[in-house]
Amino acid sequence: MSALAAAASTGEAVQFWVLGTIAVIGALCTILMKKAVHSALCLAGTMIVLAVFYLANGAYFLGVVQVVVYTGAIMMLFLFVVMLVGVTAADSLKETLKGQRWLAVLCGLGFGILLISGIRHAQLNHFNGLGRVNAGGQVEGLAELIFTKYVFAFEITGALLITAAVGAMVLTHRERTERAATQRELAERRVREGVQLPPLPAPGVYARHNAVDVPGLLPDGTPAELSVSRTLRARGQVRDVSGQALEDLKALEQASAERLGRDNSREEASK
Amino acid sequence: MENLIALLVAAPLLGAAVLLCGGRRLDKTGHWLGTLLAAVSFGIGAVLFADMLGKGAEDRALHQKLFSWIPVEGFQADVAFQLDQLSMTFVLLISGVGTLIHLYSVGYMEHDERRRRFFGYLNLFLAAMLLLVLADNYLLLYVGWEGVGLASYLLIGFWQHKPSAATAAKKAFLVNRVGDMGLSIAIMLMFTTFGTFAFGPVLSSVGETSEGTLTAIGLMLLLAACGKSAQVPLQSWLGDAMEGPTPVSALIHAATMVTAGVYLIVRSGAIFNASPDAQLVVAIVGAVTLLFGAIVGCAKDDIKKALAGSTMSQIGYMVLAAGLGPIGYAFAIMHLVTHGFFKAGLFLGAGSVMHAMNDEVDMRKYGGLRRYMPVTFATFGLGYLAIIGFPGLSGFWSKDKIIEAAFAKGGTEGWILGGVALLGAAITAFYMTRVMLMTFFGEKRWQPAPDADTAPSAEPAAEHRAGELPHPHESPKTMTIPMIVLAFGSVFAGGLFSLNESFVKWLEPVTSFEHGHPPIGAAAVTGATVVALIAGVGIAYAMYGRRPVPVVAPRGSVLTRAARRDLLQDDFNHVVLVRGGEHLTRSLVYVDHSLVDGVVNGTAASVGGLSGRLRKLQNGYARSYAVSMFGGTAVLIAATLLMRGV
Amino acid sequence: MNPVNYLYLAALLFTIGAAGVLIRRNAIVLFMCVELMLNACNLAFVTFSRMHGNLDGQIIAFFTMVVAAAEVVVGLAIIVSLFRTRHSASVDDASLMKL
Repeated sequence: MSALAAAASTGEAVQFWVLGTIAVIGALCTILMKKAVHSALCLAGTMIVLAVFYLANGAYFLGVVQVVVYTGAIMMLFLFVVMLVGVTAADSLKETLKGQRWLAVLCGLGFGILLISGIRHAQLNHFNGLGRVNAGGQVEGLAELIFTKYVFAFEITGALLITAAVGAMVLTHRERTERAATQRELAERRVREGVQLPPLPAPGVYARHNAVDVPGLLPDGTPAELSVSRTLRARGQVRDVSGQALEDLKALEQASAERLGRDNSREEASK
Repeated sequence: MENLIALLVAAPLLGAAVLLCGGRRLDKTGHWLGTLLAAVSFGIGAVLFADMLGKGAEDRALHQKLFSWIPVEGFQADVAFQLDQLSMTFVLLISGVGTLIHLYSVGYMEHDERRRRFFGYLNLFLAAMLLLVLADNYLLLYVGWEGVGLASYLLIGFWQHKPSAATAAKKAFLVNRVGDMGLSIAIMLMFTTFGTFAFGPVLSSVGETSEGTLTAIGLMLLLAACGKSAQVPLQSWLGDAMEGPTPVSALIHAATMVTAGVYLIVRSGAIFNASPDAQLVVAIVGAVTLLFGAIVGCAKDDIKKALAGSTMSQIGYMVLAAGLGPIGYAFAIMHLVTHGFFKAGLFLGAGSVMHAMNDEVDMRKYGGLRRYMPVTFATFGLGYLAIIGFPGLSGFWSKDKIIEAAFAKGGTEGWILGGVALLGAAITAFYMTRVMLMTFFGEKRWQPAPDADTAPSAEPAAEHRAGELPHPHESPKTMTIPMIVLAFGSVFAGGLFSLNESFVKWLEPVTSFEHGHPPIGAAAVTGATVVALIAGVGIAYAMYGRRPVPVVAPRGSVLTRAARRDLLQDDFNHVVLVRGGEHLTRSLVYVDHSLVDGVVNGTAASVGGLSGRLRKLQNGYARSYAVSMFGGTAVLIAATLLMRGV
Repeated sequence: MNPVNYLYLAALLFTIGAAGVLIRRNAIVLFMCVELMLNACNLAFVTFSRMHGNLDGQIIAFFTMVVAAAEVVVGLAIIVSLFRTRHSASVDDASLMKL
């Protein structure tokens, strides 16, 4: 296989330039997309490209792991958290810190130029290729290294993983410190406070909108905020369709008036 | 026996404590208690002396360790006493003369309402002085040394309501501090050099130490001695110290305190022996002071100041002798003891005269007193004969030996030192004869007592009758008896000490002794001394005995006028030390304000300003911090690449 | 083609990731950018492995993945609890650590 050779073949070159472009575009999209979910998807694309590059470089095991662990597990974890936080919430890309963006671009450019010039300066032209090492099977080779030379690092990273799992649980777990109030207690409290005695109003039900994020309308046509879940209100994900409803009404009235007017004029004409 | 040593110090210390804390109820009896405790101290000293005489010369030194004072690893200070022949001499002198002066003060201070306190201070002084001479290490000696300084401050400034007395006390204290500094530095040097400051180990390990270190220690000890013993250049306090009551002048500034310096030098003889340079400086200081004091003594009209000049001069003799090494130590101490007798006698006589003359101190207003005060005249006269070195009296024996020893020093130094000592003897004869003639002979030049308002009286309780002529009268028994006893000492002590060289042999185990051989022969030196004496007396007689003494001092020569101002010592101190110090401090203050403060304040201000700007960088936004981190990484990469020579 | 191009790509991706960390405020996106940087490093390691002809680079990349996984777990947990208390995932909101 060509990847085993020291120098890359033309096929690999084509693959590099095509996929490399995709990877860079994916990375740029990751940092430029307004919605976190888009960023996550772009990043997943870049990671898959990278997995292909691992394979092209003869790291078959890592290529597979990249797909399974990174793209499959970690990115899905990201998506999960994105969903938890709010999938529709779009970030403003307007910079709030003064000079931050310029500094970031400047530092990024300087850093990149320096890094690339460093690599260029290193003149890495001689590639040994993995043909000899992979001869006895790559997974076997990796296993041999992991369980001999890097056994301590392996153990320590294992401990790290366990610690991280426990840590995540500790961070996210919330202990309920009091008994949950029963229906009866909640009702009694509501009566005692006297703020909202009857049940909260239901969300709006419209011809074209029928979801919990759409508030119902009060008799005067204003949206009833209470009819939408508190969480959605806090996230600012309330879809206010009252304006549209009123406009629809107006359009309806206008249409009927036109119709009536036309009828009136026709009657006058007939007279 | 050695358990008694602590009592020597404890008795007067107890007296001081009782008298100073006891309050008014002791006003009636306090002075007798103080005198009694001084006498107790002398009695114990006498017992110990008798005990010491009964032993062989080498077994006489006694030690008593009272308690461990500062027990630190590598720094052991004990409160321990050492009573050897040298200390014994001092103990007897201090407690003996001290007791006599206590007795004298009973009469002299009779009308002073603060007499109890005065006796408390006197007892404190005795305790400190005894501690000084009995200590077995330099640190304890330093305690006594400072105690003496404190007591002298309190006593000189006893009439603190007089600004001059308060100033004199302060001056004495300050000048003494300079010397104390020398002693403390010497002790520190000793500790770093020898690791201890007990006399025994220090003095016995002198041989293993470099001469430079020993010279430094010796010079610092000399500085200390100069402060306490009023030697040039720290002599300026002694004349002003006469502001204190006359018994104080007699006790502190004649017989005991000023001898502490001599004691220190003789005690540290081993150090000076090993450092000829320091020893020579000691001799030079002594010789210079000898002439200085004598010249000052010639010009003073104040009887106490004339005697103070003479004290300075006589201490100069002792220091000169101490600077001659083993040929002089014993004679220094011998002169110290005889001087203790006759100078105390002279001061007490002067006090008696002042007592009789309404506290007038100007000798030009005395005259013809011999008929009115026969006892005072006799005792003062014997003291006078002793101090000028009249053959056969105490001063002759000791002073002559010192002059011999100075000549015996050998070489040019010997001739110069001997010549100075001889000249000093002549001048001593001159000014003492002048004092004698102006006070007791000639016609009466008495003046009416000054108005109490215009001239504040020196001794407020004394009876003043403004506008009346004084009525000289003999002093009470409590005052004359000590004078008579001291006069006996003045006459016989020297001869007794020189009999069969008993005093030299007595001190030899402590100070070591060598016979000095003056190049011109001992007899010739004695002859020269007598000639100098006769010359001095003759000139004085020609100037003051045959011509009437003017009541108002004539203008006098340049030297006389300078000597009246203590040879410009205060002007010198003022110009060089005070002005110089003022300029130095002023410039230092300027440097402190502009440079030190400027740097400090500037640093603070610039740090403050810089941090005020830098704190804006810490805005709490993690992304801002990330930018700096990222920028820093870029810089690091750049640096790495540069280091590799891109 | 010289395989060193992979290194250039890695450097580029790393820089883009770093710039993303600096520019974005959303903690989740920020974490993604960190992951991007880690992946860029992994690519470089794999390329070095090919260059040297041994598997050590791949092992390091493997460990990087493990550490990244641990980091993501803890980091996302922090984001969740942060969001729970502040109703915001913006890192700029957590700016109380200042004078």
